Amino acid sequence: MSKRRSLTEAQCVSLAQKLLRERLCHQKLPDRPLALDSQYKHLLELLRRTAVHGESNSVLIVGPRGSGKTMLLGCVLRELMSLKEAQKNVLLVELNGLLQTDDKIALKEITRQLHLENVVGDKVFGSFAENLAFLLEALKKGDKSSSRPVVFVLDEFDLFAHHKNQTLLYNLLDVSQSAQTPVAVLGLTCRLDVLELLEKRVKSRFSHRQIHLFSSLSFAQYVDAVRSQLSLPPDFPDPKFSDAWNHSSYTQSLFPLSAFTAGIFKPIHLFLSVSRVSVSHSTLHEADLLEASRLISADSKAIILHGLSILELCLIIAMKHLNDTYDGEPFNFQMVHNEFKKFIQRKSHSIHKFEKPVVMKAFEHLLQLELVRPVDSGVCKVQREYQLMRLMLEHGQVMEALQRYPQCPTDVKQWALSAFA
Amino acid sequence: MALIKCPGYPEDTLRSLAERLPCRETQLATLLALMGQPDQYSYPSVFIYGHRATGKSHVVLSIMKDLELPHASVDCVECVSSGLLFHQVLSAFFGPDAAALLPRCPSLSDFVRLYKQMSSNSPATQTRYIILDRAERMRDMDFSLLPALLRLQELVNDNVTVILLSEIVWEKFRPNTGCFEPLLFHFPDYSKAELVQILSWDHHPSYTPELYASYINILLGVFFSVCRDLRELRHLAVLNFSKFCEPLEKGEAKESDIHKLWKNIEPHLQRAMQTVYLREVSSVQWEQQFFFSPLPVVLSAHAHIELPYYSKFLLIAAYLASFNPARTDRRFFLKSHGKIRKTNFLKKHEKTSNHLLGPKPFPLDRLMAIFYSVVDSRVAPTASIFSQISSLVTLQLLSQVGHDDQLDSPKYKCSVSLDFILAISRCVCVCVRLYRYQYYKFLNDTQPYI
Repeated sequence: MSKRRSLTEAQCVSLAQKLLRERLCHQKLPDRPLALDSQYKHLLELLRRTAVHGESNSVLIVGPRGSGKTMLLGCVLRELMSLKEAQKNVLLVELNGLLQTDDKIALKEITRQLHLENVVGDKVFGSFAENLAFLLEALKKGDKSSSRPVVFVLDEFDLFAHHKNQTLLYNLLDVSQSAQTPVAVLGLTCRLDVLELLEKRVKSRFSHRQIHLFSSLSFAQYVDAVRSQLSLPPDFPDPKFSDAWNHSSYTQSLFPLSAFTAGIFKPIHLFLSVSRVSVSHSTLHEADLLEASRLISADSKAIILHGLSILELCLIIAMKHLNDTYDGEPFNFQMVHNEFKKFIQRKSHSIHKFEKPVVMKAFEHLLQLELVRPVDSGVCKVQREYQLMRLMLEHGQVMEALQRYPQCPTDVKQWALSAFA
Repeated sequence: MALIKCPGYPEDTLRSLAERLPCRETQLATLLALMGQPDQYSYPSVFIYGHRATGKSHVVLSIMKDLELPHASVDCVECVSSGLLFHQVLSAFFGPDAAALLPRCPSLSDFVRLYKQMSSNSPATQTRYIILDRAERMRDMDFSLLPALLRLQELVNDNVTVILLSEIVWEKFRPNTGCFEPLLFHFPDYSKAELVQILSWDHHPSYTPELYASYINILLGVFFSVCRDLRELRHLAVLNFSKFCEPLEKGEAKESDIHKLWKNIEPHLQRAMQTVYLREVSSVQWEQQFFFSPLPVVLSAHAHIELPYYSKFLLIAAYLASFNPARTDRRFFLKSHGKIRKTNFLKKHEKTSNHLLGPKPFPLDRLMAIFYSVVDSRVAPTASIFSQISSLVTLQLLSQVGHDDQLDSPKYKCSVSLDFILAISRCVCVCVRLYRYQYYKFLNDTQPYI
């Protein structure tokens, strides 16, 4: 319902920002996930069978990070809970592999989410299986004939496979196979090889049903999706502002922009662009999108090299020469110092000859920045100067950093470019 | 200074904030744009990286304090266990009673559960910020702590943003199977002009700012090519200013005689680079020493070691034993060695010269043999000589290699550098160069060394 009040420009901008930020950061569920229809139907059908007909199921949703697994699950669960029969019966238990790092913690969490703490009380159980059986038994309704269906959602499923003996997974899948309680086990993971991680006895109890989420959008559909993410909804209070926003110049150039930057417009790009909108700059332009893309794809190591002192830069060039001469074999501080001294004696006019401890301090600064790492990375039984190290930068990064280095002396640049030290 | 405008925050607070953060106005503006208005959502996690002393913690904490935003600031160096981190976050947001509800040795699951419980009682009207300083230490804590904190907004369903501050780049943080990618934000290093501007802020009130600026320029001329850390430069500036002003106080020079002042201070700064910059002496010692002696010597920890007479020879012999290959002993240390065939002394693996790869272990007998040859007088192998070897090991000038229970022929390695040996040998008039295998190689190869 559009309200007939005139909002100032500043208020419009701030309202637009609020809406878009909530959509991009807080990741509100859309009405229907885009281009995932078959997966959506499959999952909904499975869960309906558990909730309404009492069939036990297990399924894994596999897809790379950011492909919409949690979003898909959220939409399906939302629709499931709107069914009359499911609403009253179904219990939902959500576990996360990052939070529940141990089977004991997972069991406590299950007890808590099923609201059975009082029932369990202070009982001591012999094994995990007994505990789980007790919990599921307690869920049976009054006449003890049927039991309420439980949906277990396991986020970061691959992390559960690293627990000791995979007890939780074994027991959950065992219950799903033994037809006592209707149980649905849903795992979400980003690893394609997750089945390799499961033990044989666990794998055999799993139904091997996997739903893969790979984006099947065509390029035009993709551009449309980006455009809809950035547009204001039709019920925005100021229709003039939202019209100007939705039809601003960036929309025409989205198609060539996406092809040009070859970067996928993830929410982070869109967020950065939206954050640049302010009162003085009240619509999105393609410059914002380009700037956001440039910021995200910047090479952070080359940026860090920009802030090093000349001495540290010379040490990096010396290490690069050592790598070239000895084909990437590890070096120690003495060798680097040697190369540096050769440069100072033969070719340099502008670099002052520094004492060895000062050079050592510069080298240790590079160690702290992790641009150089020791080979064995353990307790060193060798003196500091003789410990073997490797350079963590590539030839291209060093050369690029040199181009951008402010007021780099020419003899240093020429030394870097020369093939032989 | 451009006026920073951001809706939702009072303008004069922003102006005073900008004045307190010199040369960081762009970063301040970008951060405020990212944060948005207090009641809006912000990106779940932000990773701010940059060199040391570029103002990352200073800017972020100043923003939080001045604009009075709800925040919890945690230094990851202090968090030996993750329970300390949880405790600090909960007590900053919900008070110490909430933190007391955490069980002993809390897990991440307990923290998230308690947070959800507390935030449903008092939902966030403004974005809450968790600031983790020196975030590189989090990589050594529980493996699931970093990925969980990066997506905390989603896990607790609250308006919270996690800001990570570090000097190491994000690529070294990423876990193996990936995680929620934070927004990367870089704080660039200060240029030379910006350093002058910032360092001139603490000029002494009894001298003009121009004098102080010229002093800073001289200081940067000496130190800028070595170190660009603002904290170190400030420390050095404060320590050496009184020496710089000495000719002015004594009346020998006026403020405009920059050249004379430069000539006075420049050798002093060079000496500072070799001592105070390397932390070989403390700042108190540094300030005292130039008041007492007009010609300060290079103070170095090594110069203070006084060794007994035979220990010096033992140490020289140990150095020669470590760095000369055993087969050349005959040539260097015997009085008459007969004919030496002019074969190619250099084996292939010794081409990367010996002294670059480190000292080699040698048995005790070899040490004693070289020792007797280097010492000019006749020495009897008494217990006092052998006990001096043990005390050299205790001083860590020699290191023992191999098992402690090998009493028959213990092996040692020399742990001091050539400069130290040369300093010692000057005292005892031994020409170490004649004995060094490298020197001989120089005659063969004409490869220049020190």
